[in-house]
Amino acid sequence: MASILAVDDSASMRQMVSFTLKGAGHQVTEAEDGQAALALAKAQKFDLVLSDVNMPRMDGISLAKELRSLPNFKFTPILMLTTEAGMNKKEEGKAAGATGWIVKPFNPEQLLATIKKVVG
Amino acid sequence: MSIDMEQFKATFVEESREGLDIMESALLEMQPGEADADTIDTIFRAAHSIKGGSATFGLENIANFTHVVETLLDQIRNGEREATDEAIALFLKSVDCIREMLAADRSSEDFDQTHIDHVKAELDNMLSPEDIAEATEQLTVSNETLNSASGWKIVFKPYPNMLRTGNDVVRMFRELDEMGEMTVEVNTDGLPPLSEMEAEAVYLSWQVILKGDVDRELIDDVFVWVEDDCELSITPLDQATADESTNDTLAPGQLAGAVQAVAEAEDRRASVDRRAGDRRKTAETSSIRVSIDKVDDLINMVGELVITQSMLSQLGDDFQMERVERLKDGLSELERNTRELQESVMRIRMLPISFAFNRFPRMVHDLSAKLGKKIELTMSGEQTDLDKTVMEKIGDPLVHLVRNSIDHGIETPEQRIAAGKDEVGNVHLNAYHQGGNIIIEISDDGAGLNRDKIYAKAVERGLIGENDELNDERVYELLFEAGFSTADVVSDVSGRGVGMDVVKRNIMALGGSVDVTSETGKGSTFRIRLPLTLAILDGQLIQVGEHVYIIPLVSIVESLQINKKQVNAIAGKAELYKLREDYLPIVRLYKTFDIAADNTELDGGLLVVVEGDGKKVGLLVDDLLGQQQVVIKSLETNYKKVDGLSGATILGDGTVALIVDVAGIIRLLKSDPTGPSNLSEEKQIVAA
Amino acid sequence: MSAAQDIAMELGHDVDSDGDQFLTFMLAGEEYGVDILRVQEIKGWDSVTPIPNTPDYIRGVINLRGTIVPIIDLRRRFALDAIEYGPMTVVIVLKVFDSSGDNSRVMGVVVDAVSDVYNVQEDALKPAPDFGGDVDVAFVQGLASVNESMVIMLDIDRLLNSDELALVSGLSE
Repeated sequence: MASILAVDDSASMRQMVSFTLKGAGHQVTEAEDGQAALALAKAQKFDLVLSDVNMPRMDGISLAKELRSLPNFKFTPILMLTTEAGMNKKEEGKAAGATGWIVKPFNPEQLLATIKKVVG
Repeated sequence: MSIDMEQFKATFVEESREGLDIMESALLEMQPGEADADTIDTIFRAAHSIKGGSATFGLENIANFTHVVETLLDQIRNGEREATDEAIALFLKSVDCIREMLAADRSSEDFDQTHIDHVKAELDNMLSPEDIAEATEQLTVSNETLNSASGWKIVFKPYPNMLRTGNDVVRMFRELDEMGEMTVEVNTDGLPPLSEMEAEAVYLSWQVILKGDVDRELIDDVFVWVEDDCELSITPLDQATADESTNDTLAPGQLAGAVQAVAEAEDRRASVDRRAGDRRKTAETSSIRVSIDKVDDLINMVGELVITQSMLSQLGDDFQMERVERLKDGLSELERNTRELQESVMRIRMLPISFAFNRFPRMVHDLSAKLGKKIELTMSGEQTDLDKTVMEKIGDPLVHLVRNSIDHGIETPEQRIAAGKDEVGNVHLNAYHQGGNIIIEISDDGAGLNRDKIYAKAVERGLIGENDELNDERVYELLFEAGFSTADVVSDVSGRGVGMDVVKRNIMALGGSVDVTSETGKGSTFRIRLPLTLAILDGQLIQVGEHVYIIPLVSIVESLQINKKQVNAIAGKAELYKLREDYLPIVRLYKTFDIAADNTELDGGLLVVVEGDGKKVGLLVDDLLGQQQVVIKSLETNYKKVDGLSGATILGDGTVALIVDVAGIIRLLKSDPTGPSNLSEEKQIVAA
Repeated sequence: MSAAQDIAMELGHDVDSDGDQFLTFMLAGEEYGVDILRVQEIKGWDSVTPIPNTPDYIRGVINLRGTIVPIIDLRRRFALDAIEYGPMTVVIVLKVFDSSGDNSRVMGVVVDAVSDVYNVQEDALKPAPDFGGDVDVAFVQGLASVNESMVIMLDIDRLLNSDELALVSGLSE
């Protein structure tokens, strides 16, 4: 049972992720872009951050960078939700401090399996 | 797809529609060659979201299609490709295609794929063949099918900063542990002296022996996130030689397949004809988004209603005459609550007219390009509210009027310059509330209506006499007469001969009206007036025999008492009333409705002059009762459409009153051989 | 409980799910029956607003709690002698389905009086011979014998969906 921050500008994606993770007993908080997510992160601690890369106002990579500078998020797993085409941003993501990635499209089972690996 | 996914898919489709609208607006704003970074980014992100989501929610065809669009946009974003006119046009076509695919998915109708394939082929074409290799979603294929039966030796040496990315060595070992029998040796050689150690760095390395029948791929997966942050070697326990045909890109067979697909697409393109006609299905959603505020207001109002009801109920339980004042107060409170509730609920169906206006930037863009004219579209009052159903029904008339302005109103750039105007013409859409109505104006700064041409055409069509004197206003009104079109060739653009008369009829069917003002050389303005809601109408109650009927106020021109001298009977059948210059057919409503009337004498009888379908007639009634707002109830729900009636309502006493459909009655008159069918014919008959 | 079951209870019957229950009514001395599940309510006769240009058996429409419902006079429909409506005259409000079975309408029929509720097994219905008389056989679902009298069971979907009523949905100009 982990507390997870899910960030994606697509409402349908957020809903799907939220529904899937909540179903497995996790606590999920949603944010629609990097800025909103950062504000939430400053206010509370999360066990895991799942974030889309392409978002308005603040993208996933900038978010990862900002999160790493927060004392509570130095080692928190941050997973980027990215498409195949976005894999070229892998290095950038890692450099910004992202833990890893989940490739879209993913189904709920794949999501849960990956989450389980990371938060147990 | 599981039930779980279906519910999100609907949200995704809605979201994608909005995304497509955003893409379209941004694309229209773009100047070719000049790529404003923010705009491109916006368009890219919209396409990216649609692609990602459609793959996730099982819409493979949309994912594949959008993928190419996204790749092209990404290239533009990175500066690798220029945003040419051609590209923008192609992206706009792609937006249409994706819309079609979304609509087809919702309606589960068979739809024509050829048109979409055609556009996809164009997109693929824009991406050169080498790019297609990247674009097709073939994952890296490692052909190392090595699968050692006994196990692996893994040497793992993370770089000192590996933990900074939140990766956890324990996690990785846990995963490995689950795969087989694991033994671990730790190597502390890398540890620096205590003074030099950083608390958050890792200096240890490990050697793991993993026994068991484990796929190499699974082990790779465990370390995939950190492969650049460590030294990693994975060797099989027994030294069987691996099949080292690793490919990082497409296997030769796969690349050939991709090229083949492009060739086929080109063939298809060569043989496919671009579809004519607008295949865009406006999926009229049967749902509305309502702001929480509106819902809260409603809840409050219902609360007040409940309180009032309870109070009245108490009064009723043990009523005494001295309480009558309180009863009256209670009733007036009830009236206030009900009215507020009604207004509030009506507002739920209201949406800003921007929803109807939004299709026009694109339409103006495409149409002006097609006609070789330069036209700028401006809008104001987009936030003006109107009823959702009215808005859906006003869409087509609006399109027709805007097309008309573009086609006939605005001149070509050369003509405009010659006339001393800016070569770019302007079409302006405006909307505002006035009384209980919404006014929509379509203005252009074009050539204006050609009075003489209209007059001449009307004479030619027999609508007016050669020497009739008419003021400008009356001449422009002729534009809306049936069978009137000044286009010498029925323009494909202005709706294939579907004329202004249909526009007017559709608007009147909504209980509205339309008129036009114009100044030669300066431009024209079409003004549409519509009621704010369809469910309620302002009606005049009339009595015919024992029954009460309702005539929509909007259709009533005037009411008068018949003067026998103004009545002309034709061959003892049709009856006409001379009202100033017009001859109006007299409709004996009791006959139309097949009921007994109190008064069948024309002289001194009450005549209600009404207008519908562009014509005027006089309705003979027994009495004029009050005017009130009535709620329109459908006859068709449980019965069927009846000619001459547009519905029914329930009066205060609970009885049903039928609502007269003025245009319908006039049409019935046309089909009745004893009645004359239009004004000019009447004139001829009377003159004879 | 459904309206139909209420009616059955009111008439003193146990609500029974075995077999079909039919509400029967009198019309010119004959007893007719309709599936009780189609009966929405039973009203007394009240005034009706006539609709122009309709067959004479369509008396007009009434207001049924805010909905406009057409009223059909079954005597006229079956070309029987018309009578004066009196305090016993009853309107049975029915739910009628169209041929696809998807769409339903509400309509009322005027009858002389309501009779009773009977349980009739589906297989106890005998097919109707051609009466050569009042009722077109197409409307008759079958004949039942109850307490030694004959009840004519009506197929109301057929009866109230016929061409003259032309219940065509959504075809407005």
